[in-house]
Amino acid sequence: MISNLVVLPIVIPLLAAVIAIFLHRKLPIVRIFTQVVIAINLCVVTFVLFYVNQNGTVVLEAGDWVAPFGIVLVGDLLSLSLVLTTNIVAFACSLYAPKSLDEDKEEFYFYTFFLLLITGVSGAFMTGDLFNLFVFFEVLLMASYGLIILGGERVQLRESIKYVLINLFSSMLFVTTVAFLYSVVGTVNMAQIAERVAEDGQSGILTGIAILLFFVFGTKAALFPLYYWLPKPYIVPNPVISALFGALLTKVGIYSILRVFTTIFPHEESVFQFFIWIAALTLIFGTIGALSTNNIKLIIAYNIIPAIGFMLLGIGVFNATGFSGSVYYLIQDMLIKAALFLLVGAISYLAGTSDLRKIHGFIHHYPLLGWLFFISAFVLAGIPPFSGFIGKLLLIQGAFESGEIVVALIGLGASLLILLSVMKIFIRGFWGEKDDSIVPDHKKARGFIIPIAFLLFFNVLLGVGAEWFYPSIESIGNYLLDPTSYIQTVLKE
Amino acid sequence: MEIIMSILAGVLFTTGVYNLLQKQMLRIIIGTALISHGAHLFILTMGKLKRGAPPILDDTITNYTDPLPQALILTSIVISFGVTSFLLVLAYRASKENGTDNMDKLRGSEND
Repeated sequence: MISNLVVLPIVIPLLAAVIAIFLHRKLPIVRIFTQVVIAINLCVVTFVLFYVNQNGTVVLEAGDWVAPFGIVLVGDLLSLSLVLTTNIVAFACSLYAPKSLDEDKEEFYFYTFFLLLITGVSGAFMTGDLFNLFVFFEVLLMASYGLIILGGERVQLRESIKYVLINLFSSMLFVTTVAFLYSVVGTVNMAQIAERVAEDGQSGILTGIAILLFFVFGTKAALFPLYYWLPKPYIVPNPVISALFGALLTKVGIYSILRVFTTIFPHEESVFQFFIWIAALTLIFGTIGALSTNNIKLIIAYNIIPAIGFMLLGIGVFNATGFSGSVYYLIQDMLIKAALFLLVGAISYLAGTSDLRKIHGFIHHYPLLGWLFFISAFVLAGIPPFSGFIGKLLLIQGAFESGEIVVALIGLGASLLILLSVMKIFIRGFWGEKDDSIVPDHKKARGFIIPIAFLLFFNVLLGVGAEWFYPSIESIGNYLLDPTSYIQTVLKE
Repeated sequence: MEIIMSILAGVLFTTGVYNLLQKQMLRIIIGTALISHGAHLFILTMGKLKRGAPPILDDTITNYTDPLPQALILTSIVISFGVTSFLLVLAYRASKENGTDNMDKLRGSEND
C-alpha cells in the first residue's frame, strides 16, 4: 500500500499538466493552480522522504509485475532527496514565472510544459529500469523543447535547433546502448543487470557498453568534450526557463552516471580513472568559458559546466566520502543554479540588458538584490559556512583519500576562478557609479526577490545545518558504495 | 539473418551520420530519421529475430519469441516519430524566421 506513494511525485504533476491545458487562457487560475499543485507535491515528497528515512527504501512494482519483468520505481534516499530538491526549485520557479514571462507566453501552455518537465525529471530520478529511464528522459526533453522555443524569437529558433539535434542524437545512441546491453545480459532492469554483471564479471564488451552509456549521459550532463552545445541554448529562453534547465536537466545526466556506474559497472578501475581526468578537464574548460564573456547570463550558463566536473570528480574517486560529496554537491547545485539564473534574469530584466559593460551601480537602486547576489556568489564558490563549502570539502576529502591530489588542487583552483567570474558581475554590475537613467521598479523587484530568497534560504540551511543533513548524506554515500543493498531491495532476495 | 540485419542497421547509421553532417537543415533531419531507424532495427535484432512461435510462456512451451524488444521498439518508434515531426516544424519556422536553412549561417554572436 505504502509503496504506491512513490508514484505520486510523477502522477501529480502529470495530471496537473493535463488540467493546465484546459485552463491555459485563464491565467490567474492557472498560476494559482500550478503553485498549489507544486506545493502539494512538495508536501507529499517530504512525507515520502521522511517515511523512507525511517523505514528504508520503498519499491513500487508497476501493475504488480514482479521486479525483473515489470517496471519498478525505486524510492530510496538518493532519488527522493533529489525529487524533493526538484520540487523546491519548481516551487520557486512557479512563483517567479508570472513576474518574468509575458502574458502571451504564459498563455501558450507554459504551465503545461513546466509541469511535464517536473514529471520527467522526477520520473528519471526514481525509475529502476534502464529503458524507462530513456522514456523519462524523452518526457523531460519533449517538455524542454516546448519551453525553449516559447515565444518563437529568431535567436531562440536558431539555438533550439542545435539543442534538439544534439539531444535527439544522444537519445538514439541511448536506445542503441540499451539494445546492446539487452543482448548481452538479457534484461533492462537495473538491479538485475547489476546482478548479472557482478556474477559474470565485467568483460570487455560490457566496459565498451559502459563507455557508450557514459557518452550518452555525458552529452546530456555537458561533460568536457561534449559541453559545446550547452551555454547558448540555455540563455536564449526566458530566465525562469533557463533556471529550470540549468538546475534540473544536466543534473539528471550526472545522476544517471552516478546511479549506473555505482550500481551496474563498478568493477573496472580504469573507467573511474578516466572519469577523474574528464572531470579535471571539465573543471578547467568550464571555468575558462565562464571567465571569457561579459554576458551575465552566459557567465552563469558556463558555470554549470565546472559544477558537473565537481560531481564527476566525486564519482571518479570512488569512495564513500566522494559519493556523499557528489550527492551533497548535486543537491546544493540544483538550488544555487536556479537561484543564480533567476538573479541574473532579474538583473537583466531591470537593467534592460545582459551586457555587463552597460550595467553599473545597481546596488544604489536595488540593495537587497545586490546582497542576495553576493551571498549566492559565495555559495557557488564554496565559502564557509554556505552549502557549496561542505560539498567541496567532502569532494576534496574524497579525492585526497584516493590519493588524487592533482585533481583536488585543480578543483580548488577552479573554485577560486569561479568566485572571480561571479564576483565580476557583482563588482562591475552592482558597484560603481549610480546610473541615474534607471528608474527603479521596486514592486517588480520584490516579485523577483521572494522566490530567489526562498531558494537561497535552503542553500544557507544546507550549509549552516550541515550537522543535521550529514548523517543522511553519509548513509547515501555508503549505500552507493555497496550496490548489493540496492539489488536486494529491488529484486526482493 | 541477425548478421544481415546488423549490417543493415550499420548502413543506416552510416548514412544517417553522413546526412547529419551536412549543412542543409532538411538533410540533417533525414539523417536523424535514418539513425533512429537504425537504432530501432538494432533493438529488434538484439532480441533474436525468428524463433517461430508466439510470445506465450507456459510450462509445456519451450519455444517462444521474446516480446520485450517489440515493446521497447514500439515505445521508441512513437517517441522518435513525435520528435521528428516536431523537428520538421521547428526547422521550417527557424528557416523562415532566419531567412536561411544553411547551418553555417545559423551561428550566433552575443549581440544578436
